[in-house]
Amino acid sequence: MTRIVLATLLALFAGLSQAEVADVYDFDSREQELRYQNLISELRCPKCQNQNIADSNAPISEDMRNEVYRMMQAGASNEEIVDALVARFGEFVRYKPELDSRTFLLWATPAIAVLGGLLVVAGVVIRARRSERQAQGLSPEERARAERILAGQNKTSDR
Amino acid sequence: MKRFLLFLPLLVAVVLGVVLFAGIGKDPTKLESALIGKTVPEFTLADLHNPGATLDRSLFRGEVSLLNVWGTWCPSCRDEHDDLMWLAEEKGVPIFGLNYKDKREDALVWLDRLGDPYRATIYDPKGTLGFDLGVYGAPETFVIDADGVVRYRHVGVINPKVWEETLLPVIREARGNS
Repeated sequence: MTRIVLATLLALFAGLSQAEVADVYDFDSREQELRYQNLISELRCPKCQNQNIADSNAPISEDMRNEVYRMMQAGASNEEIVDALVARFGEFVRYKPELDSRTFLLWATPAIAVLGGLLVVAGVVIRARRSERQAQGLSPEERARAERILAGQNKTSDR
Repeated sequence: MKRFLLFLPLLVAVVLGVVLFAGIGKDPTKLESALIGKTVPEFTLADLHNPGATLDRSLFRGEVSLLNVWGTWCPSCRDEHDDLMWLAEEKGVPIFGLNYKDKREDALVWLDRLGDPYRATIYDPKGTLGFDLGVYGAPETFVIDADGVVRYRHVGVINPKVWEETLLPVIREARGNS
């Protein structure tokens, strides 16, 4: 049993180690390395459009990873690094686009969809309540009139 | 109000149709350069033909020109080479070359064998200028105006059709207002 578990684990980790393009970079700390990994997973490769530069083997991704590393070692902030790459390759390389007038709709669509849905639900509920109230509510005069009509019908049907 | 609601699905379908139709036929692998409207990035790189001499961005001043990014490792660059020769010789277009991530000897053999359409060729073996220009795949061609400002970037090969329909209008405009 333990052997099977071990084998499965090994197989899993073998996959993991192949998933990332191996670069040999030295980092001062574990945090720096994590920061680097986060950055390269948020940047998109301009050549192989649906991959981030962490996964991509394209030479351009390698250049971009080198630049991210170089700027990190030079003490640049995450924002500065991403901006430097956007200045060269365009907004396209951001997997998380900035919130501005062009991307407003992109970011706002989920909120708009939820709000719209809530409005529709509220509309349906209010309408249902209103018709319910109308169904149960007969005024005393209406009730008397309805009874009169029903009584009259009974008489006619008796005949 | 009720009537209007009945037409809502139709309206949504039409709007969606228009949006999606606008995307048909566009090549998603061709990105607009982030450098349009900006001056060519600063660089100091060797001249391909003359290892002792350096070139910088003052190269592009004075006249609307093309900057063609190429390498001997790039098959499409071979494809467009004859058309670059045609542009340089028949149309008199000033073309500068950026030899990108290549070996000097290979590049010189290539130009010797196929002809040299370039006024000057910048030798960029590490691809530093290419990186600053946002080059993500050769061949790429930039239209640069007389003030050294990038006006347009074409990704892919140049042929007479691309020249007539895409580059010439941009060049005419750049010549017109600078």
